[in-house]
Amino acid sequence: MARRRVVVVGGGLAGLSATMKLAELGLDVDLVSLTPVRRSHSVCAQGGINSVNHLTRQLGDAEWKHFDDTVYGGDFLQHQPPVKEMTEWAPRIIDLMDRLGVTFNRTPEGFRDQRRFGGTLYARTAFAGATTGQQLLYALDEQVRRWEVAGHVRKFEFWDYLGPMLDDHGVCRGCVAQDMVTMEIRALPADALVIASGGCGLVFGRSTMSMACNGSAASRTYQAGVWYANGEFIQVHPTAIPGADKLRLMSESARGEGGRVWVPRRPQDPRPPQQIPEHERYYFLEERYPKYGNLVPRDIATREIFNVCTREGLSVEKDRLCVYLDVSHLPAELLDRKLGGILEIYEKFQGVDPRRTAMKIFPAVHYSMGGLWVDYERSGNGGLRIGSPRNHQTNIARIFAVGECDYQYHGANRLGANSLLSCIFSGLIVGPSVAAAIDAGDDRVAGSAASLAERSVYAHQSRYHALLARDRGSENPYLLHQELGKVMTRAATVVRHNDDLDRAYAEVLELEARAARCALSDTGQWTNQNVVFTRALLDMFPLAKTILKGARARDECRGAHFKPESALPEVTATDPAERLRQAQAWCDRFEANNAQWLKTTIASLSPDGEPQLTYQEVDTSIIPPRPRLYGVVGGELIEKVWNQRQTQREAAVVPG
Amino acid sequence: MSTTPHSDGWPAGASSPPRRTFDVVVLRQDGPGRESYWERHRVEHEPDMNVISVLQKIAAQARTAEGKPVAPVAWECNCLEEVCGACTMVVNGRVRQACTALVDRLLAERPGEIELRPMSKFPVIRDLVVDRSRMFETLKKIQAWLPVDSYYDMGPGPRQSQESQQLAYTLSKCMTCGCCLEVCPQFLKIELAHKPGETDAAFEARQREAFRRGFLGAFAIAQIDLFNTNPIGQMNAHERLDALIAEGGVQVCGNAQNCVKVCPKQIPLTTSIARAGRAATFHVLRKWFDR
Ligand SMILES: Cc1cc2nc3c(=O)[nH]c(=O)nc-3n(C[C@H](O)[C@H](O)[C@H](O)COP(=O)(O)OP(=O)(O)OC[C@H]3O[C@@H](n4cnc5c(N)ncnc54)[C@H](O)[C@@H]3O)c2cc1C
Ligand code: SF4
Ligand code: SF4
Ligand code: FES
Repeated sequence: MARRRVVVVGGGLAGLSATMKLAELGLDVDLVSLTPVRRSHSVCAQGGINSVNHLTRQLGDAEWKHFDDTVYGGDFLQHQPPVKEMTEWAPRIIDLMDRLGVTFNRTPEGFRDQRRFGGTLYARTAFAGATTGQQLLYALDEQVRRWEVAGHVRKFEFWDYLGPMLDDHGVCRGCVAQDMVTMEIRALPADALVIASGGCGLVFGRSTMSMACNGSAASRTYQAGVWYANGEFIQVHPTAIPGADKLRLMSESARGEGGRVWVPRRPQDPRPPQQIPEHERYYFLEERYPKYGNLVPRDIATREIFNVCTREGLSVEKDRLCVYLDVSHLPAELLDRKLGGILEIYEKFQGVDPRRTAMKIFPAVHYSMGGLWVDYERSGNGGLRIGSPRNHQTNIARIFAVGECDYQYHGANRLGANSLLSCIFSGLIVGPSVAAAIDAGDDRVAGSAASLAERSVYAHQSRYHALLARDRGSENPYLLHQELGKVMTRAATVVRHNDDLDRAYAEVLELEARAARCALSDTGQWTNQNVVFTRALLDMFPLAKTILKGARARDECRGAHFKPESALPEVTATDPAERLRQAQAWCDRFEANNAQWLKTTIASLSPDGEPQLTYQEVDTSIIPPRPRLYGVVGGELIEKVWNQRQTQREAAVVPG
Repeated sequence: MSTTPHSDGWPAGASSPPRRTFDVVVLRQDGPGRESYWERHRVEHEPDMNVISVLQKIAAQARTAEGKPVAPVAWECNCLEEVCGACTMVVNGRVRQACTALVDRLLAERPGEIELRPMSKFPVIRDLVVDRSRMFETLKKIQAWLPVDSYYDMGPGPRQSQESQQLAYTLSKCMTCGCCLEVCPQFLKIELAHKPGETDAAFEARQREAFRRGFLGAFAIAQIDLFNTNPIGQMNAHERLDALIAEGGVQVCGNAQNCVKVCPKQIPLTTSIARAGRAATFHVLRKWFDR
């Protein structure tokens, strides 16, 4: 049999684990990446990776609970079989990474150590110092290098993926990519294509993501006909350090160890924070949520910080939104012992010592739950049938997607430390699925393979030369990118209003039209970063429009998608009968809402570049959806009413 | 819906004038084998700037301080958190990551002006972008990976003490940035040019060969240390030791100790070099006795 060749786009955790597994299965891989793969964005992950383990198991934990936490955290928007399978694989994945040499922290007895993360009661998170993502990525990078030396992997680093090659029957036969050093555009023929290109944070201007996370590869695949699912679900992290170039994550543990969030009561009080007396400080989280204080769930913290700055005008600075996160009252010894690593980050980038003065932080776009639509095949026990060609295959034959750029595992909201897991898991299971798809499919390229390559390269060359020819445009791509970021950040992050979304959509259309008139300041043919950036900017618009349109259409609150206009009325009455009625009404609304909105948003692009939305049922057949009541006023009563209903319902289905 | 002046997301908005500016002088080069030249840019000061945000501004302006339109300065970066190693360059004469080079501190060191140069031990591709593929080639030469049987479920890896985990973690934070090579007197630049009529493949093979004969450098010696102290890595330690005693091996190190002073990840490079030196001596002797 002829050797089978696969192109993998992206060398983060997902792309590298896919490459390594494909090579082990005897396939050859061409690995394409904007950056050397060892420098991929996955290195940024600090916190850790989740799995049930020996210890938690003995405290009552089980794969089922990890599964339950994940779908509950995701507000039930994800298909359950893939999540169930992933949580079952998780302990084995950690074992594998351990064997590959990841320097996981150890207990005194020499076992792997685990910490507790948000959204669960168990210490499930394995970690390697403060750079778990880096350590995981290096272990995979090393294995891929081993396959490279063995002749099974070719790397195309500093190459920009431009789009798939589809034959006359619409089957993918490889892709076109451009060398960003020599600017050569080339066809990479292959039997299948795996997209593992990560998140799209740059659509929001600045985010916690790396500079390669521009969404271009996902967008180009989407423009070629692959569906984009749940695009409107964007996770915003409550605490990031605003920087001129990037918003850097400040870990939740700062609040976990006693850090307090506040703003001066006097708007933009010019005094240094340590000179503002206690009674002139507004500890808004503690005042509004006396029970949870500074440790309210992520989405609530994010929303309150956002509101206090935007609606109440109490931002610490005038020109820039931020609030204080203060640990300066905590004993220096505790800070050094427990928070040393993260405080160093602040000091390194802000040049200010947070042990002495309050840090300035603000929410930042952090993760994209949505992404390229992928299929799966359900097994008899409710998990996945491993080796099915359907797993992670998109709606275009032989195009697959894995990692943050797919939409599969996190529903409406991702739990901390679950992404590294889903990236490695999807990368590993896509291997057998790609092999099966190739073996089951037809080898013959519909139309001629040579002319397909020629045509595809020609199309991308024309686009490239048209861009280069534009040296007299009136618009600056870097400034347009900043404007796009502002529009998207304002309308489509923490709090979403329909009128804002409408306005933003119109603004994005206008920016898109202006982008078509971008001038290039570099028209050369050597390492031209200007043209690569401009092309990536142009490809942000289809994603931006899809995010906005999906958010506009979805009139409900779910996970990271919060629309005050659609919020369910809380239980506020004092009269017990009225309270009960309100709780009943809440449950009715909740069910009606699920009937309408517990659906995957599926976007496809029409020829004029407009996203078209349809909706697909979600497989929630294993764990029935239930309300997420964390922080809801009257939550206890609603829960009681809800549980009664469920009991009645179950009784009703028992025969006889 | 609120429309307060602060509702425009969270970008740093333009503040009221007057604004301070400062100059950035960049050593540019249009491509391999081309002459390098200095170019001066003028940038408006903003709070919390680092050299990356300066380069972003320069790209957006695309004009020199004198107002001459120019192509944006090319540079490399990704994480912007000093963990990927991409943005390494020589800032005010010191090799370091551009993303952690804070403008206010640089201007305090040298008022009015910041100087940027590409690393000198690697071939320049363009401006501040250099070709560090030699480092990745070296990782191949020293077999910087664990030779596991398969990626199937075989249970956990070996137990490990906290002490050895700490050591391994320290070594394994190396982000292949190349700072330790830039300052090493024994690590010399290798830059080859295409011969007339030479195919790409032939050129690459010749270059690979040259890289493989050059000095490994401190980072690679530390990686050998990392893999050879790992219980699975030990199983083929002798192959890595062969690389250590081959041409370009640890014997080239003159023990100048420059490397350890500049490593941004505080990797104890000279300790690894000393350990590797002993292992190499022992390995040579054993090979000699085994003959
Ligand atoms: C600051 C931060 C901290 C985080 N911490 C955690 C954590 O503790 N735990 C957790 O589980 N998750 C965490 N996450 C999320 C997690 O890090 C990411 O979701 C995950 O690393 C994504 O991996 P990936 O393989 O999908 O993509 P990436 O690692 O982003 O890699 C994408 C790859 O695609 C390539 N690429 C992109 N576009 C193109 C193109 N056009 N052409 C060619 N190549 C292209 C890139 O070069 C790169 O190699 C964190 C995220 C951030 C931002
Ligand atoms: S100690 Fe060796 S490796 Fe380090 S700088 Fe000196 S010569 Fe180079
Ligand atoms: S050892 Fe240190 S200086 Fe050298 S490449 Fe690694 S991180 Fe950079
Ligand atoms: S951009 Fe990654 S180290 Fe600076």
